[in-house]
Parts: sequence; structure tokens; C-alpha cells
Amino acid sequence: MSNRKPETGAFFQRDRQWHPPAYTPEYKTSVVRSPQRALISFDNTLSEITGPVFGHSMLGELDADLIYNYAKPGESAIGQRIIVHGRVVDERGKGVAGALLEFWQANAGGRYRHKREGYLAALDPNFGGCGRTITDDDGYYRFRTVKPGAYPWPNGVNDWRPAHIHFSVFGHGFAQRLITQMYFEGDPMIWNCPIVKSIPDKAAIEQLIAALDMNNTIPMDARAYKFDIVLRGRRSTLFENRMEGN
Amino acid sequence: MVQQLGYLKETPSQTAGPYVHIGCTPNFAEITGVYENDLGISMVNDKTLGERISLRGRVFDGTGTPLRDALLEIWQADSKGLYNSPSELRGSADPNFTGWGRCPTDMETAEYRFETVKPGQVPFKDGRMMAPHVTVWIVARGINIGLQTRIYFDDEKEANDKDPILQRIEHRNRVPTLIAKRDGSSYVFDIYLQGDKETIFFDV
Repeated sequence: MSNRKPETGAFFQRDRQWHPPAYTPEYKTSVVRSPQRALISFDNTLSEITGPVFGHSMLGELDADLIYNYAKPGESAIGQRIIVHGRVVDERGKGVAGALLEFWQANAGGRYRHKREGYLAALDPNFGGCGRTITDDDGYYRFRTVKPGAYPWPNGVNDWRPAHIHFSVFGHGFAQRLITQMYFEGDPMIWNCPIVKSIPDKAAIEQLIAALDMNNTIPMDARAYKFDIVLRGRRSTLFENRMEGN
Repeated sequence: MVQQLGYLKETPSQTAGPYVHIGCTPNFAEITGVYENDLGISMVNDKTLGERISLRGRVFDGTGTPLRDALLEIWQADSKGLYNSPSELRGSADPNFTGWGRCPTDMETAEYRFETVKPGQVPFKDGRMMAPHVTVWIVARGINIGLQTRIYFDDEKEANDKDPILQRIEHRNRVPTLIAKRDGSSYVFDIYLQGDKETIFFDV
């Protein structure tokens, strides 16, 4: 993003019919953690238009390689080796360069490395479950991991999360900040999940399902899934009465 | 038929879940040796300009129970009112201040705490000055899309009274939910997700 002129316009209004609403009682924890009063709207100010940007220099060599970034020397994580790749663009289709992506997930058996987690599936001593990367000049990213397992959670008596990878995404403005989850093509668990179903529109759910991408598979090594991410677009100028940049 | 606008739809949000720490603050989650430090744990250094303050508080659910699994991020201007962002065209922000911080609520006490500086004033789009404020973004298990609010300061009454965002809040009795209370060198800002004391959240 170094040689591009920074954009300073306000972001397009978020479509809150497309995103999940706050109150989705089938996902039980949302019942007491959802505001009851209306959100108060105002057009972006500088506080929302600006945002932190992170340099590639902060990344460690293995930050985007979950198979090896927690493994002991000479060892690697157990599970189906996959590459997850895609492009971060905004609603105008423009690549978002320099976007920080952080991701986390359970291991191949569905077990998270977290002290609050008590699922009986075993920890993998060579798998931590966290990674991060920064998109290149065209908005592309790529990381390597093992495919996470489904895991049970105390919501309904027999609720299981589909295999998923959590994504945290920074664009260029703090108003673009987004956390979401990526699911895998063909997983029948997707359509049973109360967290997935917090999203009202089937087309919006499908936007979270990564496609198996055989063209990017590495033969005899790892399969690939493609997951593109769309952040809010922005208007062309900060000041409506001064058409800068047009 | 008319021409297609061709805009894409934003990727829909999903909850950060109870294990957000694994990805965002792995050292806090006791996953060590992957990243040297958790991102956003430090906003200032010895050379940072401005008045040092801390911001602390808790986040409560609709039953009055504090969240022990929330993650907060803040974004603010430096002491002179400039943002450390490429989209800041009014000047260069203090290079010793990141403007961005991230803090999980404590798994025992439920408290969050940021060591930062008091922000300077930033103009609204019509040129009026906004009162000093900090933008807050909250995610947690049970929160389907991040909640955005602002922290204002109780010792900035004059500026708060003129703030263009605070002025447009119809229900004046809710404005105090956005005002942090000074306690020595720190400000206390508790967040109520739901109920009688519900904090104002923004759609911006």
C-alpha cells in the first residue's frame, strides 16, 4: 500500500439486514448480550475513517504456517494439511492492500488450546491454533494449516459447530473492523448451526463457505480452500462539497 | 432492467466466540512462543507526548454479570488530536503513540485496562470540534457483530456539551452512559450491554 494515495472517504453504510442481528435466541448467549435499544447512527467522522495499519515487518517467519509455528523442531501438526487463500477486497471490488488478518481454530479433533475448554478430544502437542498475515499489494493472502474438526458446545444438548476457522480482519479504517468465521464447502453441519443461522440470508451464509480449490492444491502435499473477504467500501471523499480525487 | 451497480456485499460478521484469545491475544491464552508479544498490549512508550491516563472498567450482560471473555479494542487520536493512520491528512501523529490498543477482560476480575494518553480534540466534518473521545469496539461470545461505542471524559464538560455526536442523542438521560468517571489518573468506564443502564452503541 506504500505507493498508493490513502483514501479518506466515509465508508458505505453497513447493511444490518445482511449481518446477523444482535438478538438471535437460538444462539443462547446472545439473549443477555444483545442491546435492546436501537443503535444510534451518524456518518463517519475522522475517528471511524482512520484506523491502524500494520507493517509486514511485524510478522514472524512462521506466523502464517499453523502446521509448524507451534511445533517442536522436526515435528508438525496432525491433520489434513490445507492451504487457505483468497483476496481481501472492498465492496467496490478494490483489493485491500496491507490488511492484517488474524485467524484461530481448533485442532483436527475439534479441540481448542484454551484453559476454558474442556472437550475430551486430545490436544495436539504440535498445534497452537493461531496465525496471522498481511495482504499483499493486490489484497491477496495465504496461510497453511490443518483442517479443524467439528466440536460440541453447550447450547442445545447436542449442538456441534461445523468445522470453522475464525478470522479477524483490519482494513484501513476502524469502521471496517470485522470478525467472522470461515466454513468448508460441503460440510452438512453448517446448516444445523445456531451461530451460522444467526445470519438471516442464505446468500450471506454462502459468502462464509470456502470453496475447495483444486487448482491451488499442492499435489502430494496439501489441498487448498479459497476464501475471499469483502470489507466495507468507501465514498470517494471526506467532504461532500469538495470533490477531491474525482 | 437498468445497469447493475456491481457492488459486492460485505462479508457477514460472526461472533468472536469464547476462544478469541487464541487468535488475538495468544500469550494471554498461554500459547507462548508463536508471537513475541500480543498485539496492542502497549500503546505508549517513554517518549509518548501527552497526559498519561488509564482507562478501565468492566462489561456487564443483561443480568448484571460481568463478561470474563470479552475483547476490547480502542482507537484514538494522540494528545494533539491526530490519528496514527495513513488516512490522517492533517499532519503526522506522535510516532511514539500507536493510537490502537487491544485488551481482553480478565478471566477472574473481568476488568479491562488500557494505559494510554488523553486524546486531543478532532474536528467533525463541518469543522466544529468533537470533544476528546476514544472509540471502542467490543467482541465476545454471544455478540454476533462487534459493538461500537465511545468513551468521553467527565472532566471535559464544556467540550462534551458542544460535541456534535453527543448533541444528537435524543434521549439525554442516556448521554452519561458514554462519560468515563475520573478516579485519580485513571478513568472508569463500565459498559452495559443490555437493560436499564444500557450503554449507547453506534451504527457508524
